[in-house]
Amino acid sequence: MSIADDLANEPGRGFESGTPNSVLHIDDVHKSFAGLHALSDVDLNVVEGETHAIIGPNGAGKSTLLNVCVGRLKPDRGAVVFDGHVLTGKQPHEINQLGVARVFQTPEVFPELTILENIMLPALSKRDGQFKLNPFKAFAKESSIRDEAEQVADSVGLQSQLTALASSMSRGDKRRLELAMGLIQQPRLLLLDEPTAGMARHDTNATIDLLKKIKEGGMTKVIIEHDMHVVFSLADRISVLAGGRIIAQGTPEEIKDNPKVKEAYLGEEQV
Amino acid sequence: MRGGSFGVPTMEAFILQIVNGLDKGSAYALIALGLTLIFGTLGVVNFAHGALFMIGAFCAVTLSRLLTASKTVIDETKTDFLGNPAKTEVPYLYDIVGVDAANVIIDWAVPLSILFAIPVMMLIGVAIERGLIRHFYKRAHADQILVTFGLAIVLQELIKYFYGANPIPTPAPDAFRGSFDFGAMLGFDPNVIIYPYWRLVYFGFAAVVIGGVFAFLRFTTFGMVVRAGMADRETVGLLGINIDKRFTIMFGLAAAVAGVAGVMYTPINSPNYHMGMDFLVLSFVVVVVGGMGSLVGAVLAGFLLGILESFASMSAVLDVLPGINQIILYVVAIIILLTRPRGLMGRAGVMED
Amino acid sequence: MLGLNSRDLQLLLLVIALTAFAPFLLNPFPVDSSLAQFNGGYPDLMQRFVIFGIFAIGFNILFGLTGYLSFGHAAFLGAGSYAAIWMMKLLTMNIIPAVTLSIIVAGLFSLAVGYISLRRSGIYFSILTLAFAQMSYSLAYSVLTPITGGETGLQPKISDPRILDGPLAAGASPRASLFGLEMSSSYELALGGWVFTFNVGYYIAAILMVISFYVAIRIFRSPFGLMLRAVKSNQNRLGYTGVSSKPYTLAAFVISGMYAGLAGGLLVAMDSQAGAERMFWTASGEVVLMTILGGAGTLIGPVLGAGLIKYLENIISKINETVLTGWFSWMPEGLQDAVVAMVYPFVGKGWHLTLGLMFMMVVIFLPGGLMEGLSRIGNLFSRKPKTSTDADDGAANSAPKAAE
Repeated sequence: MSIADDLANEPGRGFESGTPNSVLHIDDVHKSFAGLHALSDVDLNVVEGETHAIIGPNGAGKSTLLNVCVGRLKPDRGAVVFDGHVLTGKQPHEINQLGVARVFQTPEVFPELTILENIMLPALSKRDGQFKLNPFKAFAKESSIRDEAEQVADSVGLQSQLTALASSMSRGDKRRLELAMGLIQQPRLLLLDEPTAGMARHDTNATIDLLKKIKEGGMTKVIIEHDMHVVFSLADRISVLAGGRIIAQGTPEEIKDNPKVKEAYLGEEQV
Repeated sequence: MRGGSFGVPTMEAFILQIVNGLDKGSAYALIALGLTLIFGTLGVVNFAHGALFMIGAFCAVTLSRLLTASKTVIDETKTDFLGNPAKTEVPYLYDIVGVDAANVIIDWAVPLSILFAIPVMMLIGVAIERGLIRHFYKRAHADQILVTFGLAIVLQELIKYFYGANPIPTPAPDAFRGSFDFGAMLGFDPNVIIYPYWRLVYFGFAAVVIGGVFAFLRFTTFGMVVRAGMADRETVGLLGINIDKRFTIMFGLAAAVAGVAGVMYTPINSPNYHMGMDFLVLSFVVVVVGGMGSLVGAVLAGFLLGILESFASMSAVLDVLPGINQIILYVVAIIILLTRPRGLMGRAGVMED
Repeated sequence: MLGLNSRDLQLLLLVIALTAFAPFLLNPFPVDSSLAQFNGGYPDLMQRFVIFGIFAIGFNILFGLTGYLSFGHAAFLGAGSYAAIWMMKLLTMNIIPAVTLSIIVAGLFSLAVGYISLRRSGIYFSILTLAFAQMSYSLAYSVLTPITGGETGLQPKISDPRILDGPLAAGASPRASLFGLEMSSSYELALGGWVFTFNVGYYIAAILMVISFYVAIRIFRSPFGLMLRAVKSNQNRLGYTGVSSKPYTLAAFVISGMYAGLAGGLLVAMDSQAGAERMFWTASGEVVLMTILGGAGTLIGPVLGAGLIKYLENIISKINETVLTGWFSWMPEGLQDAVVAMVYPFVGKGWHLTLGLMFMMVVIFLPGGLMEGLSRIGNLFSRKPKTSTDADDGAANSAPKAAE
């Protein structure tokens, strides 16, 4: 019996309810592409306030899992429940409005908007909901959101001029921008897809510090990460995904000592 | 049609509408086929494709004018109404191949134009691709639409400048003028299903061209590469196959298909400079209904919509829904797009950015 | 002031000044000079400048901001025209009900068309809008003849009821007016060799264009406008940001449809006629060209584009062989004939050929339109480092400016 199986047998893991303080509940999710099982029998509970890392070798299905959570992909079977709402079948914007924000691995910003506008946009979306027709309100008058955006930009260390177009940013800066766009919404659940990939060590540490700070604020986070330094600095609990299945789950210490994990990572350098 | 009211349509009326729809359906299918070829291989939406159809039609006009290019000869045996010796126009062709042969050639100008149109259209197609479209592969779709739209205007205005704004009647060979009793052939009462010969010729011609294009794509190495390229352009590029050159040829081929479709259509509808746009809009509708990127879908939808349009033109239908024949294709397209966004046979994710 | 930052205010004042002094600016040549044929300051043309300016400003709200390329906007202009002419036939020759109804009708029509067309994006959307416009055109020509007048179109007739107007005086014909101020009445000012015409219709249309322009600025600078630009920039990402793009694009579609309706209504107010040809696809293509020629996504570009195209259309259409021969009379005879023969296809009736060529040239060489051209020239002369690729009034610069 794997740890995952043990967890699955815990009482109180009903479909709708989850554990009492569970925020995100992934229930028996399957997803296959042309016969290839990207995810099978994935069950996962993310507890309120925790930082939950999902690790695993390349191609383990980590990004697919995030895509299922935010509505980009529809699972073949199973459901994702967030805070009592079934996310499966919902549109991405509806999921976001429920308080789930995602930071993309490859920066997906709005290249033709300025950096400041990129950061303000998610905040406006959170305040105004899915649609608001306000053609006569001056964008320039959104000073409170603007101040907030400047603060967030500062906190992620965006040194670039905020009035420059996002298309002019370096890749690393775009990643910070991605992070800022996620943070400004102050989501109840933040999904981070390799937030430090491609960053220099120095920047990685700065990002870790930032995420630690947010952790104190109580935001629930799911983080996909390759860099074990990042994972062990941040995660309260870790789920290990290999071949589309969760093979282990537990605290960082438990995962470190788990032979299955070592086996899955055989040949990978990090562990 | 019997029993003019909207009641039980007879079998004869039913068949009549189907065959009536075939010729227009053939034209739709041929244009839509070319559109889909260009779209599928080059990823470009060609708003100038209707203009290629129109230029094809004017190839027929040009050839028949060339063949009948005449000198004025004074005929001493006749006099005109003023009593002067009558002047008659004598085609140069009489001097070259003799009167009888010349008359036959002139009579068969439209089918002969196919031979003339194929190289001309290929050349035009390749020139357009090399000179213009090639530079737009990496541009936004909106830019591709706009530049080909501009090209369509230019082409049709050029034709208008040289050939004038009026439709130019271009008859079919004598042997195919008139109609025949299609119903009697099928064992129905005579004089119920009367069908013009040329329309049947057009349908047969379209079937041959479509069959040829499909066979070409299926059974030649060239076709295989093109089909692979339609499925996944990048992979084929990685294999080191010079796909661009093949795509240029595909554009020439698609232009030729549109061109010959135009040539053969001239006896059905006298060509005018704006016929291209009229057909283009409907052909887009056909492509959308068939499913963007699907060759089979384009052909099927072409015939289907042609026949549907013919049914909508029945007076029994028009009595109930006036004007439905004008808009039936659009209505179908709208319904299809709302219920089956990818069209009848479309692939996922094609052109949906 | 007016909720605009200083730069936008300058732009608005510039547009106001240009439209107010257009009768002078467009008539730079004395009446008797040989260059008088290049004068554009006569009422009919000036009216077209501002009316098509409105059309292009509206189109730009859809295409310039969201990137959705509609090929069917002429249908809304046509619908607006029909609505206006019916108001004039049934109610009154006063243009207020006519123009109001044309905006409403075009708005409703574009709501229906947009609701369906916007279910698809990219090229599907373009084709759908084109199909709708062609469908409207066919219907207007055939079945809807009782409403549209078919091929002949509609004009106010003496026998029309016009229930709000009293009976016409004997021998008078119905003329569009604003509370008695006739659209066609003009005041001519002769100064030396120059004659300047101030036309009522033009100024009313110009005022409406300035208002339209002002509304467009406000839309560009609003959070709503930001969402529209985000749709163009990265529609997918917008969803993950919690914004459903459809209501935004639909709102933009309807707003631009209402602009088109206003333009259609004003056309009727000026020339008191409506016909199906206003819905033809070439008319839709023309507004696309105006917008990209000026610079899609810039504020003032479409206005300039509309003006330039209508000006060229008028001037070039008027040039005939005699005029050409006159121009090149200084050349040796053989050369003169050759040059005239070469230029001739592009002028007079050949205007559409020139239009098509311009269309291609702009898309190929100047995708950003005139505004991009101007900013390129500007960059040549200034050593200012390029911070954004935007033309001078580009929306992307709005936020920083506002902070000052």
